Order: sequence, then structure tokens, then C-alpha cells
Amino acid sequence: MSQALDAQAAPDAQTLKPLVSVEGVTLQYKTPDHLVTATYRVSFEIFQRERLVLLGPSGCGKSTLLKAIAGFLQPVEGVITLKDRVVSGPGPDRMMVFQEFDQLLPWKSVCANVAYPMLVNGVGKAEANERALEALAKVNLTKFVDAFPHMLSGGMKQRVAIARAMAMKPDVLLMDEPYAALDALTRRKMQDELLQLWEDIGFTLVFVTHSIEEAVVVGSRVVVLSPHPGQVRAELNCHELGFGQRDSVEFGRLTNRISHMLFDGQSIAH
Amino acid sequence: MMNASPRMTPPVRPEIEFDVTPPAELGDVAKPLSMLEKLTENTAVRRGLILVVIALVWEAYGRWLNSPLTFPTFLDTLEALRDGIASGVIPQRLSVTLQTLVVGYFIGLIVAAVLTTVAVTSRIGTDLLSTFTAMFNPLPAIALLPLALLWFGLGRPSLIFVIVHSVLWAVALNMHSGFLSVSETLRMAGRTFGLKGLRFVFGILIPAAFPAILAGLKIGWAFAWRTLIAAELVFGVSSGQGGLGWYIFENRNTLDTAAVFAGLLTVMAVGLLVEAVIFRIIEAKTVRRWGMQRG
Repeated sequence: MSQALDAQAAPDAQTLKPLVSVEGVTLQYKTPDHLVTATYRVSFEIFQRERLVLLGPSGCGKSTLLKAIAGFLQPVEGVITLKDRVVSGPGPDRMMVFQEFDQLLPWKSVCANVAYPMLVNGVGKAEANERALEALAKVNLTKFVDAFPHMLSGGMKQRVAIARAMAMKPDVLLMDEPYAALDALTRRKMQDELLQLWEDIGFTLVFVTHSIEEAVVVGSRVVVLSPHPGQVRAELNCHELGFGQRDSVEFGRLTNRISHMLFDGQSIAH
Repeated sequence: MMNASPRMTPPVRPEIEFDVTPPAELGDVAKPLSMLEKLTENTAVRRGLILVVIALVWEAYGRWLNSPLTFPTFLDTLEALRDGIASGVIPQRLSVTLQTLVVGYFIGLIVAAVLTTVAVTSRIGTDLLSTFTAMFNPLPAIALLPLALLWFGLGRPSLIFVIVHSVLWAVALNMHSGFLSVSETLRMAGRTFGLKGLRFVFGILIPAAFPAILAGLKIGWAFAWRTLIAAELVFGVSSGQGGLGWYIFENRNTLDTAAVFAGLLTVMAVGLLVEAVIFRIIEAKTVRRWGMQRG
């Protein structure tokens, strides 16, 4: 990110209170045959305006962890707090963007989709509509406000989902591999747009991905999780690395370092 | 003989770049369909054509058979239908039947909605619904008629009872399987908006399951219509007001076969009208507009 933003976002972490804190969280879920431990005593904190990425191979419980922050499942051990309140269920203060395109309500127009969560939560009709249009303009979908979701491409659907989440002005935006089902070109464009939005609005983001490169580009801090069950392997800073630095030495060094952590020193071809 | 070894490398060919013609200079990229193509694309035209063919075959067979008592021709039937409508008998009988039907149908829908809502909000409700549908769905509504007569007497309440029975289970079964097939993502999205309980059912589950619910409504309608006509045939007249089924029965007794056919034709016409007009409009405004079902 730019130098100016770094200088601005420089206060000492010791004096600030975290927005979200995950303390010693162990998560388990049931399958018909087993009780699976998804994460084991995971702890990390998320500060205001941070772009925290949960990175790990499949099966490290990163999505489960995100769902726990969203409130869809309760830790069997440990606690998750948002603004000092224990997270006990899903709510509009933690809007979530899912990987699947069917997260939009097919029976509502694009604009109505974005306005709906606000209407549910008591925002007036006029204001909800106005905020919806504003959010859609931010993701460059002004032309499609009256379209229905089935008329949109995958990338556009994800943009609507992002607009819907952002229009709610949640305390934290949760994104569960939102670009995993997109083609590579669209994905890159969407990552760029997300960073642009972050510069415009400055939301707090928790982003789950299994792509090291995406983690470094999108994140300001990366939590690397080990697989089966997920434990925190490292917390790394990458706030200085974005799209512009993709070819830089630092970028390559960091992605290498992360891949060594994930693959336990096995050599992998680049 | 192509005797290449499996490891043969493909030839390295020179690279080429082309200049692409701008789309504007290509002329028409989309071209309008011809009249015939437009006509064959139209569902109403295609279905109308099928009806015409059926009518022609019917007329031809009727004339060849030449036995008005067992199989009147299409034109004779039309004439009987016209007479029936002109004398006001068919419209009056139809309105009696439809009134009973609408009352029974809507009571059935409401009970089905309540049962299904209970079923999706609690586990014991699910068990209750599954057991009930498994028990009662296979039971033909008409088989309950003797019992209904015993309980409610000879009249409209008995008819409504059997209609409710025939609608309820089919609709509840479809609604419930529709609710179960709503994707986990959509459910989670609804819950992050803060939707719970009945608001969740009305805000997410019902619209998301609408294709299945609509299918249930259609099946329920067909069941109700069928059951009612059959029930009327068995004991049509109640307090001097018979329905369409009674009309058919009456005319069979007087061996006016053309009028029997006219009655049957009316039954089919109403069924077709509801299916092809009312349900089609609902479909066009909902599931097809939402891209949940292809047109």
C-alpha cells in the first residue's frame, strides 16, 4: 500500500484494543461417523482496518474458523469476542461473503438484494435503497441494479455479494474464499477492486484463502494455519506487498517462506 | 502408416499475429427469426395445434363409428356443450363445483403450510410430517368419502373434507422437500442478515423453495379437481345443488352421451385453463423471472 497509508495506520498495537479476538479456540464438527477436530487452540487478534488473511491447505479448518467468527458454530474450547462481546450467533455486525454464487437471493433484483439485509435490520426503505445504490456504484454495477442475479456473471455476483455486505457497514467483513470459483483473470481484477475499496472505505476484513499469492496480495497480515487440525503456524506481515510488488524480491521471499511452512520444508517447484 | 513413437515431440511452428476485424464492420451479428420459426417457438401455438389434431381425429373416429350413444362426434359434443351453456345448466353446475373446490383447496394449503412450517422449525415436527404423509398420502381421498358422509352428512362439508385430504399431503410433501433442498449458503446468508424463526421461513425458505412449492400447488390442484368430480359422481346432489360430476351422472342416466362428453370436456377445459393460464402466469412472474426454472 502507499506510504501515506502506512504512516497513518501506524499506532502501536500494544495501546490499541483488538476489534476481534480469537482466544484458544478449538472447533469440532460432527460427521455421521466421526467427531472431527477442525482447529486446535487457535489464537489471534484482529485490529480495526486490518486485512487479516487465514491461509492454509484444505483441511486446516480455516473456513470452519471463519464460520465460528460469523457465529455459525460454537467453540468447544476458548472464546471469540467482537468488541469485548462474546460471539454467540450469526448477526449483521459480521456480514459474510461466501464462495458460492448462490448466496444471492434469486427472487430479488440486484438492488433489492443489497437493500434486503438493511430492511431486515430496521433501516428505512429510502435510506436502504440509497445505501444499496451507493454500494453498487462502488463495485461498478450501477448499470445492473435492476437485473436479477441469474443474469449476472460469476464475478458480478460476487461483487453484488460484496456490495451487500458492505452496505450493512458491518464491524468486520468476513470473506470465505470469495474468488475461488472465478477464473484467474477475473480473480485478479476482483482482488484489485477489493484493495481499492479498502482504500476508499477502510473496512476490517477477515479473508480465507488457500492461495499463498492471494493471501499476500489481499492481506495486511497473514495467519498461516497448519493442517489436521488447524493450529497457528505463524503470523506474518505483508501490508507493504500488493499488486505492484508482485514481481519484487520481497514478494517472492515471503511466498517462499510461507510455502516452506505449509509444506514442511519439502521442496516445491515454482 | 502413422508410426510415430509415443514420445514424438510436436513440430515447433512459427508464431503469427493477425489483425481482427472490428465487430462493427462485420455486419449483422444477430438476425431476426422468420415468421415460421417464431410460430414454432410459441408454446401456445404448438399446444393449440395438438388440440386441433385431437379434435380432428375424434371427429373422424366418431363419424366412422357412427354410434352417438357410445361415442358422439366432436361436433355433437360441441353442440351439447353449447346447449348446456346456453341453458345455464353447465355454468351453474360449474360454479357450485368451483366454490367447493376453492374452499377445500385453500383450507388444504393453509394446513399444509402450517404443518410444513412446524416441520422445518423442529425435529419432532419433521417426524410428525414424515409419518403423516407416509400414512395418509397413499390413501385415496375417495376411500374416505363413506367416512366423511358418516361424520359430516350428505353435503358440502363432506366434499371439502375429502378435498382437503387430497390436497394436504401432496402439497406438504412438496413444500417440505423444497425447504430441505434450500442450499446451505442461502440459509447461512439469511442468518447473517439476522433472520430467525418465522421471518427466516418467509424471507428465505419459502421463496427459495418456490419452484417445489409451485409444483406442489399444481399437483394439489389436479388432485383436488379429480377428487371432487369423482365425489360428486358418487353422491352429487346435496340440498338440490349438484356440481359438474352430478351433471355427468345425470346425463348418463338419461343416455344423453353427448352431454356426458360435454361435461367431461368442461372438466378438462377448466383443468387446462387453470394449468395453462393461471399457473403459467404465476410461473412467468416468479420462478422463470428469477431464473430458477427455464421457460
